Amino acid sequence: MSVAIVDYGMGNLGSVYRAFQECGAESFISNNPVKIMSADHIVMPGVGAFSEGMRRLQSDGLVEPLRKAALEMRTPFLGICLGMQLLADKGYEGGETEGLKLVPGVVQRFIPDMPSTRIPHIGWNQVKWEVDSPIKKNLPDEHDFYFVHSYHFVTKDTKDIVATTPYCGRFVSVVAHGNVFGTQFHPEKSSKVGFRVIRNFLSL
Amino acid sequence: MLKTRVIPTLLWKSESLVKGIAFNSWRRIGTVLPAIKVYNTRDVDELILVDIEATREKREPDYESIKTFSAECFVPFSVGGGIREVDMIRKLLFVGADKVCINSAAYENPDLIAHSSRYFGSQCIISSIDVRKMPNGTYQCFSHCGSRPTGWNPAAWAKKVQHLGAGEILLTSIERDGTMQGYDLDLLRCVSAQVDIPVIVSGGAGNYEHMRSALKEGGASAVAAASIFHFTEQTPLEAKRYLQEKGIQIRL
Repeated sequence: MSVAIVDYGMGNLGSVYRAFQECGAESFISNNPVKIMSADHIVMPGVGAFSEGMRRLQSDGLVEPLRKAALEMRTPFLGICLGMQLLADKGYEGGETEGLKLVPGVVQRFIPDMPSTRIPHIGWNQVKWEVDSPIKKNLPDEHDFYFVHSYHFVTKDTKDIVATTPYCGRFVSVVAHGNVFGTQFHPEKSSKVGFRVIRNFLSL
Repeated sequence: MLKTRVIPTLLWKSESLVKGIAFNSWRRIGTVLPAIKVYNTRDVDELILVDIEATREKREPDYESIKTFSAECFVPFSVGGGIREVDMIRKLLFVGADKVCINSAAYENPDLIAHSSRYFGSQCIISSIDVRKMPNGTYQCFSHCGSRPTGWNPAAWAKKVQHLGAGEILLTSIERDGTMQGYDLDLLRCVSAQVDIPVIVSGGAGNYEHMRSALKEGGASAVAAASIFHFTEQTPLEAKRYLQEKGIQIRL
């Protein structure tokens, strides 16, 4: 089993690679569309701005290959943090930009609900699983995961919402649309529960 | 509810883990890798590692060593020391850092914060601010590991780095550093009131009550500490239990 970790110049690639290795996956970091499309699983990490992320995916010729792998080849696909946000139809960070359009929705900046609310949302916060999902297997209904972000995913269809987290009201922290999954939190940085999410993804 | 973080800080110099008092009289207290392994096993909220010599020695971050350290760290890992260019941040993220701390270079080149946050996102960029209380009672930011006055008032500088795109501030009181006499709450308040991004307070924690007061009375979003964990029996886990008893939301 091989896992492609998509390198578009913006991810915390080292952390993601190590975590997948620790979970027993044979993974490789690449920006080569052919190699990525040949993998059994695709992971798109990401820290950074939405517009810059899409610009990099486009200049590396990765947009269509990633869409093809997810939609036609039905390769299990996991977007992490910015990687999850890029699954959307469009985002507004760094100007309105079209996304990969793998999960219907848009990505918007948090609006503080109280004067004391600080943005970015950084730290450990509760993930409440709203529905059963293969990615939730063997996890408690509520648990803390590590987040670091200023924007959040607003899904078009509520059926794509797998988990939510309380901040500035409540936002979508896990999405699933067929074989495509996204976590706003960082499973690679969420210690043991994060590894559980990674293992669940690998078992797909 | 977002949980309050308790963050051990590791200072690193010539392959050794060190701790000083007021950014001076550095004492070797071990090596970095075993400390990271212990904190990872104990499942701390986050770790900050700063190479305190890189800037003064005018060298880049030691990517090879950081790769070795990050390989043992499955909690958020922030790395600082010697970062002068956007490309250095890219390399650090590639070897396993999750966030980076920028300090001295930002005073000479504020665009570094602007460019790096635009590229990697604000949430990746911690602006580390070291502050000294001057003889006349005012505060001033110092760069180069506390050795160079910058002329900047900390509240004004904090506002500026937030405007430039920093996602967090790591605020350290130079005099309190290593003394275990408590955080400088006056300094903390004047900075945390001026910004909307999270402020991690550092320098002076000697007991759990110091942490509570920084969070409850000083406006800190997270507490960083070193000596208390290196030189006493107190631990991050006990700190969090104490904070929880005092009504602060933490992750256990």
